[in-house]
Amino acid sequence: MKPAIHVRNLTKIFKVPERDAGLKAAVVSLFNRKYKEVRAVDSIEFDIQPGEIVGFLGPNGAGKTTTLKMLAGLLYPSSGELDVIGYLPEKRQKDFLRQITLVMGQRSQLNWDIPAIDSFELNRAIYSIPRKQYEETRDELIELMLLGDLVNKPVRNLSLGERMKVEAVGALLHRPQVLFLDEPTIGLDVTMQRRIRRFIQQYNEKHNATVLLTSHYMADVQALCKRVIVIHHGKILYDGDLSGLVERFSAMKTLSVTFSDMNGHTPDFAAFGTVISQEPNRVTLRVSKAETPHVTAKMLADMPITDLTVEDPPIEEVIEHVFEQPKEEEAEKEKA
Amino acid sequence: MLARARDYADLYLVNAKTAIIGQFQYQLANIMFLIHLVIEPLIYLIVWTNVAESQGGSVGGYTASTFAAYYIVWTLVRQFNLSLSPQSFEWRIKNGRLAGELLRPVHPIHYDLGFFLGIKVPYVIYWLPAGIILWLIFRPDIQPTWGQAAAFPVALMLGFLVRFALLWLLGLITFWTTRVSAIFDLFFTLELLLSGRLVPLELMPQWAQGIADWLPFQWAFGFPIEVLIGRLSTQEIWQGFGIQLIWIVLCYTLIGIIWKRGVKHFTAVGG
Repeated sequence: MKPAIHVRNLTKIFKVPERDAGLKAAVVSLFNRKYKEVRAVDSIEFDIQPGEIVGFLGPNGAGKTTTLKMLAGLLYPSSGELDVIGYLPEKRQKDFLRQITLVMGQRSQLNWDIPAIDSFELNRAIYSIPRKQYEETRDELIELMLLGDLVNKPVRNLSLGERMKVEAVGALLHRPQVLFLDEPTIGLDVTMQRRIRRFIQQYNEKHNATVLLTSHYMADVQALCKRVIVIHHGKILYDGDLSGLVERFSAMKTLSVTFSDMNGHTPDFAAFGTVISQEPNRVTLRVSKAETPHVTAKMLADMPITDLTVEDPPIEEVIEHVFEQPKEEEAEKEKA
Repeated sequence: MLARARDYADLYLVNAKTAIIGQFQYQLANIMFLIHLVIEPLIYLIVWTNVAESQGGSVGGYTASTFAAYYIVWTLVRQFNLSLSPQSFEWRIKNGRLAGELLRPVHPIHYDLGFFLGIKVPYVIYWLPAGIILWLIFRPDIQPTWGQAAAFPVALMLGFLVRFALLWLLGLITFWTTRVSAIFDLFFTLELLLSGRLVPLELMPQWAQGIADWLPFQWAFGFPIEVLIGRLSTQEIWQGFGIQLIWIVLCYTLIGIIWKRGVKHFTAVGG
């Protein structure tokens, strides 16, 4: 099957003016402006199949939004090969734009002065959606999002979460095949996050849409994405199953141990690993993955253990660990 | 082709409708705007009426009631030639709205044009009582021929298209630099002086009229007024339409070219 999104060697270099602080430097820069090249995205490659939901992870400034913008046609790549559902995004052909959507959680595309339902009608005209299809999609999306009467209020009077919901409906009225979602749940409470998540999932299932989403909330990623692409300093660090990410980047396991009363005598758990928390009859330890079999065997042999579980650390912790990876050249220096 | 035309007609209609819905939300703002709109020509009118009276009844062929006619029609023309301010472009780029508009399968100029056509409806409705009151107070001398009366709406609409295009063109500069208020100020000053907004152009010195003839400003302001108050011959009116059309074609061609380059620049440095 031909991938919905095909990316090879994609690079984006920004030229940013560079100057020292101070008045003198400001004057000098008027005549002799120096530029620094910043590689926001550095030869990345991936394919995404139709209908896939992929999480795009990385710390702020990693190059996620730059990549999404290039895929949507808002940014011109410096070099590389790009194909989104058979189109070259930077050309922004009408037929291409009719099949994609880009939702940025922090930016609003709706007119604040009028009720959302009127903005939806405007979208119908903009995308030349046939009336019947428009009404069907609109009612279906309004129901999926449980919007009810909210669509009749001016957008300006809606709460952040409500606005995000109508924003999402507006972005999908033309039934796009490819969804680029940049932080779709940012700033929303847990219930609202869950609703948006379910909405994305249902839309994906119903229309077999391809979704590429970035989020700082791991819950979004865990709920929606089987596959994740981790980008850092403009490069891809990992591309694969979410579970594989934990496997690969987490060198530690978490051990929770419950033991029966030892007559006030508390054994020295620090000898087995790092103690994260300790209660009278319960302790949580962090142990290196390699050591885990050995440590558990020893504990079971030496102590009155009533319960023992071995778990991977929470995904947030793993991601944090991944993001602490230094840039390549910095790593080089460290080795020297 | 026909289907495309229908799609565009639909887009303009819906857009105009949305603009009207949005505009009626701000009653107070609309009324304040109207007051502001009436005060400006009222000052010019009072000053010129005094000048005319002190000069024995008329200045350069303008009597008090001709001035009244000029500045009352002025208020309607002003309602009509309201367009997107070039500052809005800067705002649009900064807050990311432009990025969203670039991802839609329609050139953004169509939303703006549709919007500004739409808000003419509430604006003219708000203008009506003000126009009537001014008429009753100042007794303007307006006796257009049938031909002049028919030519007026055409001149009004073409004038709007000229001004709309000029301001859109000016706004495009913000693609390259966002510190452009000095250029905008210069534009609006020239417009004030050389469009017939401040003074009927006929009353300006010859050399100033000569400059104004080479600039587009009067075709969006003074010309429609002069059509209705009967200062122009049939031939001059036809000529005026021709020049309006030339400016329209010129501006929209330039918009086409500069817009493409602007977007290319914009998509190279960041959306």
